[in-house]
Amino acid sequence: MVSDISNDMPDSKIPSGPIADKWTKHKMDSRLINPNNKRKYTVLVVGSGLAGASAAATLAELGYKVKCFCYQDSPRRAHSIAAQGGINSAKNYQNDGDSVHRLFYDTVKGGDFRSREANVHRLAEVSTQIIDQCVAQGVPFAREYGGLLANRSFGGAQVSRTFYARGQTGQQLLIGAYSALSKQIADGGVEMYPRTEMLDLVLVDGHAKGIVVRDMVTGRVYSFAGDTVLLATGGYGNVFYLSTNATGCNVTAAYRAHKKGAYFANPCYTQIHPTCIPVSGSYQSKLTLMSESLRNDGRVWVPKKAGDRRLPSEIPDAERDYYLERKYPSFGNLAPRDIASRGAKEVCDEGRGVGDTGLGVYLDFSAAIQRDGEHTVREKYGNLFQMYEQITGENAYQSPMRIFPAVHYTMGGLWVDYNLMSNIPGLHVLGEANFSDHGANRLGASALMQGLADGYFVIPSTIANYLASETPGTVTTEHEAFREVEDEVRQRIDQFLSINGKRSVDSFHRELGLLVWDKCGMARDEAGLTEALQRIPELRAEFWENVRVPGDNANVNQELEKAGRVADFLEFAELLCHDARHRKESCGGHFRTEHQTDDGEAKRNDADFAYVGAWEHRGVGNEPELHKENLEFENVQLAIRSYK
Amino acid sequence: MNLLESIKRFYASSVGKKLLVALSGVVLLLFLLGHLAGNLLIYMGREAINDYGEFLHHMLHGTGVWFARLGLLAAVTIHVVATIHLVQQNRAARENRYAYETTVRASKASRTMIISGIIILSFVIFHLLQFTILPGPGDQGYYDDQTSDHLRPDVFGMVVRAFQNILVCLFYIVSMGFLCFHLSHGVASVFQTLGLRSEKTAAPIEWFGRAYAAFIFLGNISIPIAVQLGFVHL
Amino acid sequence: MATEKLNLTLKVWRQPSSTAQGEIVTYEAKDIPSTASFLEMLDIVNEELINKGDEPIAFDHDCREGICGMCSLTINGRPHGPGDGVTTCQLHMRSFRNGDTIWIEPFRAQAFPILKDLIVDRSAFDHIIQAGGYISARTGSAVDANAMPIPKPVADYAFDAAACIGCGACVAACKNASAMLFVAAKVEHLGVLPQGKAEKDRRVLGMVRAMDDAGFGNCTNQYECEAVCPKEISATYITKMNRDFAAASIKEAVVNEF
Repeated sequence: MVSDISNDMPDSKIPSGPIADKWTKHKMDSRLINPNNKRKYTVLVVGSGLAGASAAATLAELGYKVKCFCYQDSPRRAHSIAAQGGINSAKNYQNDGDSVHRLFYDTVKGGDFRSREANVHRLAEVSTQIIDQCVAQGVPFAREYGGLLANRSFGGAQVSRTFYARGQTGQQLLIGAYSALSKQIADGGVEMYPRTEMLDLVLVDGHAKGIVVRDMVTGRVYSFAGDTVLLATGGYGNVFYLSTNATGCNVTAAYRAHKKGAYFANPCYTQIHPTCIPVSGSYQSKLTLMSESLRNDGRVWVPKKAGDRRLPSEIPDAERDYYLERKYPSFGNLAPRDIASRGAKEVCDEGRGVGDTGLGVYLDFSAAIQRDGEHTVREKYGNLFQMYEQITGENAYQSPMRIFPAVHYTMGGLWVDYNLMSNIPGLHVLGEANFSDHGANRLGASALMQGLADGYFVIPSTIANYLASETPGTVTTEHEAFREVEDEVRQRIDQFLSINGKRSVDSFHRELGLLVWDKCGMARDEAGLTEALQRIPELRAEFWENVRVPGDNANVNQELEKAGRVADFLEFAELLCHDARHRKESCGGHFRTEHQTDDGEAKRNDADFAYVGAWEHRGVGNEPELHKENLEFENVQLAIRSYK
Repeated sequence: MNLLESIKRFYASSVGKKLLVALSGVVLLLFLLGHLAGNLLIYMGREAINDYGEFLHHMLHGTGVWFARLGLLAAVTIHVVATIHLVQQNRAARENRYAYETTVRASKASRTMIISGIIILSFVIFHLLQFTILPGPGDQGYYDDQTSDHLRPDVFGMVVRAFQNILVCLFYIVSMGFLCFHLSHGVASVFQTLGLRSEKTAAPIEWFGRAYAAFIFLGNISIPIAVQLGFVHL
Repeated sequence: MATEKLNLTLKVWRQPSSTAQGEIVTYEAKDIPSTASFLEMLDIVNEELINKGDEPIAFDHDCREGICGMCSLTINGRPHGPGDGVTTCQLHMRSFRNGDTIWIEPFRAQAFPILKDLIVDRSAFDHIIQAGGYISARTGSAVDANAMPIPKPVADYAFDAAACIGCGACVAACKNASAMLFVAAKVEHLGVLPQGKAEKDRRVLGMVRAMDDAGFGNCTNQYECEAVCPKEISATYITKMNRDFAAASIKEAVVNEF
């Protein structure tokens, strides 16, 4: 039970006026900084994915002095690169009835009515500029023979508004942002610090004025002071250990900010993607996603009988359960991500899962191959079948693929106002790291849109609202606050190295992941979450007594890097479960088994839970304090998502 | 930046040096073809090849041959000097070699260009000494005594006498083998470096390069063989 | 698919730091499931090393799905190991047989100094991109995306080059540690597009010079790069870049500076 609920939320700064005018009005009302003065301001950007790189490049173009940090060896490697499907934009190039308003509406509805209308509308508005910007940078989007841009319908959208670059849209967009960033690095506008991990935030008089980092090559712990800090550090999907995230993705920057006072909003909104390659063994380090487009032609099924170990080819049609087609006759195999994922979990829970582990369902292309021929199927999905074969060694033209849901994206994140500033003055949060635009569920092809919207178009306009009232360069790393935080960081590193226990960092991470997946994964309930909340602190205690981090801090030490991240996940997991336990409704990526309709669908509770749950840290092991930002829907009608 | 500096800068760049190697290579390739054509005149008899030799020496009142020699010398110098620079840079670019080395696609010829090149250079020096520099008017059989109107060098006799020595023949054949090997990578490589290759033409160019190398090889070695077998004789 | 267990001998390059001497160290990898990925095999070996109190083998990796370009490793002399069109993280142990000896070395090149064990510093690639691997397009100044139609073949040609993940396998495989395929892919991706034409000459000159300055070797047209490229980028992009470089050099020498 949540002990304390307070409603003293900071102002979300949503502009007044009609929804379609809010952003224009806000830009007009925003403060400006004289070009000559911009260069006096230092902006620290942490993370170099779509949001971070685009923000760093654009702010440097505007004249700010930017320092950008990433843990990878190059800013080109951030995990935005792995997004396959595409990026939405309300261009309406297909003349199929799309508009800014429709994209806005679809996104709010897709988010199960748990996002801020004003933010989502702004996202839809700038979505058109994003495409222009990316094309100007040389992003090779798919084109038609006439030379115009091609679009496709994605993730069940009824209009074709998704721009794509084969299956590598994220890569191409990130390389675009990276090239813009590279130009600014060459021009001296951005100083880039790769292989540099932010380990803590520094507050001076309550404002975010710097960060403490670790040089991952030399082990040196040092600080940077700036006039504002931008976190673009991605999501926290790796709290589940296995996810489609990169192995290095972590919550540390966001969680450290949270411990310094930033509210963490809606952590329980986690997206599980239905078409991933199943886990094959305990050694598995990562899950691989296959494009959702496979569901356009593949039929999902499991045996009707529990424990049926026959080969798929030996199971006659009458003994197969095409459960998505059975339960959702109109959407069938194309039911949205959360619904398809939950369906798979249910049948596996009933013991009808397939494969060695029993955690998988078939995605069968035999009907499509029979109907259209293998050649056509190969043309459409050849690369995906090839990827599947690389990983599993199986030929999906001959026997059905096995798929299983996997954690893919996290909608929750640090709370931000309309300016993308958290409740800590000077701390801005962009991209997946903030909570702002996707509500309880993100639509396909919207993550790239949000990252770039925040970086290219939102923060460059809104950052001055904070900076204009700050005298630039007042804080330097000489300030004692830096020494204090640096000392804390160093102590923590020394502690990791001195525990010298018996278990590897990974073994803790794996155990935590299994626990969180089990109790706070695709379906959650009060008892399970309560149990998790009891077991997480135990595991954390064991970690601090029994972890073994070999080596020292004078060099590359990957175990040390992981130890810091896992230590933060071990605290963050508790926050995640608290949020999941308190939200007694099912919505989007958060499914509480106690709250479902008679036929097993998510049951939202708008009367009690139409708010953003923003959590304030109150010490490790203590229950966080909930702050509520009520969500008001003036432009869309709250409705039940139905895909029957 | 003036023109001279631009040229220096061009040479300083990796691609610049490669372009020079390729361009000088083209000069040498064309020379090889011309040289072979001249050589093959040996099958037309003493008269034909000696006429040809005389023609070369009297082109442009005797200056033609020197223009050609200087041109070839320049081409060889550029080809060799730029290559040496490139090889030095290539060695420096990977001082620590792999403990386990393997090759996926690179041909043997492409990996031994410097060795085949050095052998060819040595051969060229020997060849020049043997047929151009050392032979002089005092040597036995230097003059073509079959022409009535004037004395002229007897290219035919010189070549045939030389190839009657089996060791000289073997040396020439082996050297031509290395030249062929060098060309089997070099010809196609010229197209790549000069920007004249595409997905569609890659295979034909590869084929052309090997055919060119084989043609030069077979054409040239046919002469010592013919001499040995007695098809061509004094 | 039945999971086999493999026992392998690993010959791994260990080097404690950038300045230390390195050496090949032999490890026995026992009971490796054939369904594990190559990096998961190393995870298993590392877990054992940690449990024994040794330092695990350091290697770069991140997305583990073949797109970020972070993983490297030269496996039995071949960057990213056996198999065409895959990165190390996509390589699975079923490609090996029980009893195999596997040599694992870093991507070797003077321009990629070793930081530790199998981790190398590829920042030279970033410096090359900074020397011109972009189209200057100030945010907000772009015209409508459909204002400039680009024929599909041109867009496809650009895309095939843009597929580069900047992993450095081309350099690691090249007998001369040349970065030509990497540079050419970027030069041609941007150079062929109408929006990239304005900076075309400047780009190719700048990027080639940055490549030379970084200490990469020279291309000798052996196409090892193309053979190991996990994205199967064609060496014909190098052909095209050679031509563009020559043209830009002549223009620079006789017409104007860039």
